[in-house]
Amino acid sequence: METTNVNDPEYYHKVVDCQYACPAHTPVPEYIRLIAAGRYADAYMINWESNVFPGVLGRTCDRPCEPACRRGRVEEEPVAICRLKRVAADHKGDVIDRIPQGPFTPNGKKVALIGGGPASLTVARDLAPLGYEIHVYDEQISGGGMMRSQIPSFRLPESVLNEEVNFILDMGIHTHFKHYVDSLSALLPDYDAVFVGTGAPKGRDLKLPGREEGDANIHIGIEWLASVAFEHTHSIGKKVIVLGGGNTAMDCCRTSRRLGGEEVKVVVRSPFEDMKASPWEKEDAMHEDIPILNNHVPKSFEVKDGKLIGMTFDRVEAQYDENGKRSLISTGEPPVFVEADDVLIAIGQVNTFPWIERDLGLEFDQWGMPVVSKQTYQSTLPKVFFGGDAAFGPENVITAVAHGHGAAISIDLFCQEKEVANRPAPRTNLFHQKMGIHEWSYDSAVASDQRFVVPQADKSVTLKDRKLEVELGFDERTAFQEAQRCLNCDVQTVFTETKCIECDACMDVCPTSCITFTENADEESLRTQLSAPALNTDQDLLVSDTLKTGRVMIKDEDVCLHCGLCAERCPTSAWDMQKFLYNTPKAGISVT
Amino acid sequence: MSFQRPLFRHPNLPKNELGFAKADYEGTLSTLCAGCGHDSISAAIVQACYELNVEPHRVAKLSGIGCSSKTPTYFLGNSHGFNSVHGRMPSVATGASMANRTLKYIGVSGDGDSASIGMGQFVHVIRRNLNMVYIVMNNGCYGLTKGQDSATADVGSKSKAGSINPFQPIDLASMAIELGATFVAQSFSGDKRQLVPLIKAAMDHRGFAFINVISPCVTFNNNVGSTKSYDYVRDHIEATATIDFVPHAEEITAQYDPGTETEITLHDGSLLHLKKLANDWDPMDRISAASAMQKARSKGQILTGLLYINEDAKNLHETIESVPSPLNQLDETDLCPGSAVLDDLMMSLR
Ligand SMILES: Cc1cc2nc3c(=O)[nH]c(=O)nc-3n(C[C@H](O)[C@H](O)[C@H](O)COP(=O)(O)OP(=O)(O)OC[C@H]3O[C@@H](n4cnc5c(N)ncnc54)[C@H](O)[C@@H]3O)c2cc1C
Ligand SMILES: Cc1ncc(C[n+]2csc(CCOP(=O)(O)OP(=O)(O)O)c2C)c(N)n1
Ligand code: SF4
Ligand code: SF4
Ligand code: SF4
Ligand SMILES: [Mg+2]
Repeated sequence: METTNVNDPEYYHKVVDCQYACPAHTPVPEYIRLIAAGRYADAYMINWESNVFPGVLGRTCDRPCEPACRRGRVEEEPVAICRLKRVAADHKGDVIDRIPQGPFTPNGKKVALIGGGPASLTVARDLAPLGYEIHVYDEQISGGGMMRSQIPSFRLPESVLNEEVNFILDMGIHTHFKHYVDSLSALLPDYDAVFVGTGAPKGRDLKLPGREEGDANIHIGIEWLASVAFEHTHSIGKKVIVLGGGNTAMDCCRTSRRLGGEEVKVVVRSPFEDMKASPWEKEDAMHEDIPILNNHVPKSFEVKDGKLIGMTFDRVEAQYDENGKRSLISTGEPPVFVEADDVLIAIGQVNTFPWIERDLGLEFDQWGMPVVSKQTYQSTLPKVFFGGDAAFGPENVITAVAHGHGAAISIDLFCQEKEVANRPAPRTNLFHQKMGIHEWSYDSAVASDQRFVVPQADKSVTLKDRKLEVELGFDERTAFQEAQRCLNCDVQTVFTETKCIECDACMDVCPTSCITFTENADEESLRTQLSAPALNTDQDLLVSDTLKTGRVMIKDEDVCLHCGLCAERCPTSAWDMQKFLYNTPKAGISVT
Repeated sequence: MSFQRPLFRHPNLPKNELGFAKADYEGTLSTLCAGCGHDSISAAIVQACYELNVEPHRVAKLSGIGCSSKTPTYFLGNSHGFNSVHGRMPSVATGASMANRTLKYIGVSGDGDSASIGMGQFVHVIRRNLNMVYIVMNNGCYGLTKGQDSATADVGSKSKAGSINPFQPIDLASMAIELGATFVAQSFSGDKRQLVPLIKAAMDHRGFAFINVISPCVTFNNNVGSTKSYDYVRDHIEATATIDFVPHAEEITAQYDPGTETEITLHDGSLLHLKKLANDWDPMDRISAASAMQKARSKGQILTGLLYINEDAKNLHETIESVPSPLNQLDETDLCPGSAVLDDLMMSLR
């Protein structure tokens, strides 16, 4: 194998599994250490810089970081990264003097943001301090997008959302709420650039026999959730069927339980394991006595005397072909009837852009989606940029934030008449951490604790009040213990071949058999010949230059505990533990 | 701060026939200097015991005093152990073996511990052919007491402080051959590929198995001018042969070529497969082993690998016809066999 190029910032970045997996590349271990140190406000600000909504995300994030977390490969469960973020938000105290405050010196450029969801708000936050005049348009009564209209208050209290939305709006953003934009062309002349962050606002319907006759009691999930959030709907029937297996279905069923639904059932076509909802959302639903009927394909809405009485379903079995493609085959059993007073359809969202004229030079593809660059978020109409669910279909809040950052960079470059494709590089820093023979500036000892469980309020209370938050968050003591589970993957094992005397000390001491000194070979054979087989090909091998004896040092990054023992046992400091800081580029940072 | 090794191990670590992973043969975290050769030898012992499917509780580790003699704490944490006084490991090993000959005994000593204060004990344990593995972690100095020249330091070798050693060294391996040891090998802490099979063969050998392992003291004897530094040793080693250990249970498939290769069958049926044999050397012949050692020394080389092996000699227990079972398992009938037996004994002495 070739010698690893550790000067490529992405090499060490990839070792920090959580940060690498986070769409906004939040420096996770850095803030986790601050939480352990009780420096909640500092931890909060690191998050705020990267992901803009730490309080919201600490409760609701889809947490792509957690399945990626190294701890999950070392033992059973990853670090509770997401809930630690909430700890930072809960305990931060007053941080208002650390948030940029206007008025900012105007730079004479005007930007319109259509939609007031997380994508647009991120663009606003990144651009306002640079002097842009920002105008946000949203048909809702206030900002936040689906964080406000869809995510129920028992998961995300309004006060938490308001605080973080207001941090941004108070930067002097011009808001145009209760304002539905019905023409893009009308807006274009007034602005130097336009950002479209209108989300995926339409819920899919299910056209089956009985749909029209039962309409009064059949609701589209996201419309119904919005109407609950904005206090138009206050109750639902005792028996409720929720169709769908995603997170929207989970929010619909749990909200139903709080609005009078006593027998609420989720019915999905797929097997339980294939459901789109996150495992923790399924658990929470089942904990609230909501059964999930899987392998049931809806057949018809049943209406009697003009009123919905339930639905019939066909029972199916999942079969997978050799490519893993699933088909649902009827079991041949008679259809199943499930009683219901109301049905909520939560089977997906779609994008619609009826308000964008098709003759502006802004291209749409065959599926009706705008043609948008994944690197620059620019559409084919140069001054119009897209981000969040509107750009590439429904995702989640953190992805919307990441798009927002990227689009803000583009808009800034565009307004400064620079090349949009010529992006600023990430800022990185690598600094050694040695304080003494057995002392590092980080806690190198590896805690053996299993993941701590976040306490929840009792359902006898929470089911009575749809605004009462279910999760209570970690207390400070548990937060410290959970934070100590983090392996500090950003403290890198940096190897300097010229200092190595090949005494084998690092290889012998490494608890997880990461290090091998061996003759070089191709990657495939090397992976089987190391101290422990390196079967996880997603994880890189760090390959040194040729050493004195002609061998190379190979380190499998997969399950390195970042315990620093290799560096402690190295007599010549050929191994050193160095903290790697990776900051994603930001709007306003000059391109070098 | 890390004075403790984390508890996590690689999830894909293979297991041996007993269901143990290599980690099950580890000891506590070493307190030796970072980079000390002795730690590598500990790791080689761990590897060898893991590969040999040794039951940890069937092993006893014995040592004297010195950095080397501290190492039994750092391997085989689930085995028996006795850290004795300076140079007295052989007597303690002999006593332990007398009390229970069914355990495997691994003695660890240093060049100071064996070649100076313990020399008397060393020669006698060889003379008696006690059934044990005797490893000297040889760094040419007294590491623990801050690096004074030991009796194995080469004449002309320079210490860290700059003084030149004026005395002739004691060559422990040659001496062991001379004294009739039945298994003699020499190796280097930085060469596990050779050391691990040697330790495995030594553990399977029935009788006294001696391995002299050059093991650099990074703190006091790894300087330019020292003949026991990593660099010097790497530049001057010459192997008698490459060695493969084939355990008795494994089917033997490889063919060997009698000109440049040889095979030695150990008592339990395991095989030692030696390749690229040095000229004029026969591992079963003491005289050729001794002369190979002399020749290498005269050329300034350090001869490593298996030097001599004799699988036919009687070991101490066979010689004195000791009881096969551990003494603590002898019951009253064994210990007081009755007056008839006593009468027979008395008659035999008339
Ligand atoms: C029920 C449900 C639960 C969810 N739960 C989570 C969760 O727990 N965690 C998570 O990360 N994600 C969750 N999501 C997804 C998440 O809410 C979205 O991915 C995210 O909000 C997208 O952000 P955005 O900025 O692209 O747009 P949105 O948040 O969708 O905001 C778009 C805004 O634009 C407005 N708008 C649209 N068209 C116009 C127009 N023409 N004129 C004016 N205004 C307009 C809309 O009113 C809306 O306010 C959930 C989604 C749903 C439906
Ligand atoms: C009876 C006695 N005499 C002297 C000492 C001091 N002493 C301790 S270790 C040692 C030498 C150890 O050298 P070696 O066996 O080579 O071990 P190393 O530390 O080099 O591995 C000496 C002389 C002692 N502990 N006990
Ligand atoms: S152990 Fe810590 S630094 Fe490593 S991936 Fe998990 S959260 Fe991130
Ligand atoms: S930090 Fe070093 S010793 Fe610790 S697990 Fe990683 S490679 Fe092994
Ligand atoms: S003093 Fe020498 S022999 Fe002792 S532990 Fe340190 S390096 Fe090893
Ligand atoms: Mg010594």
